[in-house]
This record gives sequence, structure tokens and C-alpha cells, in this order.
Amino acid sequence: MGQGVLLTAGAADIDFMVHGVFSYELFGQTVWITTTHVCVLIVMLVIIGFCIAANRAVKHASDVPGTFQNIAEMVVEMLDNMIGGVMGRFSPKFRNYIGTIFIFILLSNISGLFGLRPPTADYGVTLALGLMTFTLIHFNKFKHKKVKGVVAELCDPWPFWAPINIIGWVAVPISLSLRLFANVLSGTVMLALVYGLLAKFAIVWPAALHVYFDLFSGAIQTYVFCMLTMTYIADACTTE
Amino acid sequence: MGEFNTNFILGCSAIGAGLAVIAGIGPGVGQGIAAGHAAAAVGRNPGAKSDVTSTMLLGQAVAETTGLYGLLIAMLLLFVKPLVP
Repeated sequence: MGQGVLLTAGAADIDFMVHGVFSYELFGQTVWITTTHVCVLIVMLVIIGFCIAANRAVKHASDVPGTFQNIAEMVVEMLDNMIGGVMGRFSPKFRNYIGTIFIFILLSNISGLFGLRPPTADYGVTLALGLMTFTLIHFNKFKHKKVKGVVAELCDPWPFWAPINIIGWVAVPISLSLRLFANVLSGTVMLALVYGLLAKFAIVWPAALHVYFDLFSGAIQTYVFCMLTMTYIADACTTE
Repeated sequence: MGEFNTNFILGCSAIGAGLAVIAGIGPGVGQGIAAGHAAAAVGRNPGAKSDVTSTMLLGQAVAETTGLYGLLIAMLLLFVKPLVP
């Protein structure tokens, strides 16, 4: 009985869904601006602010770097090392893209710590990221291996195996985006349950959960997403 | 009739959601095996600890995916309710 009261008391407060902020009509369709859009906008503004500040710091760069210049250089150097280590001689072309999505996904995952609903806990965001990776993979495949090489890869063991290969290609962006989405969503749901059901007892200890679900899990998933994207693209560029 | 049907489908959806998260067994075993082998590797070659740890975490994060698919099915059954007419 006591437990039942404890667990049902705050059931109305559990809230991890995406909410509509306002809607408008576009070509006869109702389109919603949701909390995800707002959170993506906030994350973007933070990144843009950092970029402008970093640009200013680098323009007035001094021989003995200040704190901010040091941080900006460290971030760029770290990303360059990571990308160079995985992609080797293909890395100069993809540095911008991988660095951008790395910082965006990392800040999106961490934004749960600042009370936002993480944008990556919406399938629309992660599917877009997955589709960008998919486009890059196949654009580079056609660019480096030409149509002949792609057809040869399609009919890898035997020609009638092509449908299975196509399913394998399509599964790449889906599994990439679902992995990121489900990880961030599970953290969001878990924290929403803690705050909704145990509201009276959630005083300081949820901080530990935030460290695990937002910081640790978010950073690992960012790394995994970028690592897999880099591996797939490098694989598409390689010609024997 | 309609109300009974809806409630019946909701109850079955809840059971299905419970069955779906049993998928968590697989990644649990897999991650445990990965961590065990990583511990053995560090024991043999303590100098490579950071490399082994990062490789282990990458592999574990990828292995976690199947369990998360189960979680996803459970969430769909409970909150999106695709089976309720």
C-alpha cells in the first residue's frame, strides 16, 4: 500500500515526451514547432557563440596563449588527432564535417545536464544525422570506386545476392541513428522517472545519475557515432 | 465491447513490453565478456591500459545496441500504443 502510494503519487508528473510549442499551416499541413527545435536552437547558439569567441581569440593570437585560446586550440587539436588516427590520408577532407557533428552531438547529449530535453532524444534529429552519413558514404563510394566498382561490390559473392547487400547498406544509417537515439532516450526516461516518481526523495543523489547518463553515456555515444561514421567513409574511399 | 477490447490490448501491450526488455540479457552477457577479456588483457600488458579501455568501451557501446532495440519496442508499446485501434 505504502509503496503503491509512493509510486503512483507523482505519476502525472512523469514527462519525457516532445511537446509542441506552436503550430502553423504550411501548404494545408499543420506543422509543429516542438521543444526539440527550441533545444537545437539553444545548442546551436551556444556553439555559434563559442565559434565567434574562438575566432576573435585566434585573430588576436599571442605567443603565450591565454586561457580561452588554449581551450580552442586544444579542442581543434584533439579532434584533428582523433580523425587523423582513424581516417589517415583521407582525413583533411572530412575534418570539418566530423568535427562539427562531434561537437554538436556532444553538446546535445550534455544539454540534459542543463535542464533541456536533449535534442538527440528525438528520432528526427538522429535520423537526419544518419542520413547525412549515408549520403556521404555513397557519394564517396561512387566518386572513388566509380560505377563499376560499386556494381562489383553490390554483386559481391554472387549477382543474386544484391538485395541482401542493399538491405545491408540501408541498415547502416538506421542502426547508427537508432543507437544514438535509444541511448539518449533511455537516459532521459530514467531521469524523468526518478524526478517524477521519487520527487520527494530526489534531493542530491540524482547528480550521480546525471553524471552517468548525460556525461559518460553521452560522450561514449558521441565517440561511437563519429568513429563508425569515419570508419564507413574511410572504407568507402579505399580502392584496392 | 470497445472498452474491454482496448483494456485487453493495453494489458497485452504491457506484457509484450515486459517481454521485449528481456533483450537486455544479451548485451549484459556480451559486455561482461568484453570487460572480462579487457581485464585479462590489462593484466598481461599493463602498459596498454588506456588503449584496451577505449577499445573495450567502443565495443561495449556497439554491443549495447540490440538491448536498446528491445527497450525501444517496449517504449513504443507503452507510450505510442500502435495496437490500440
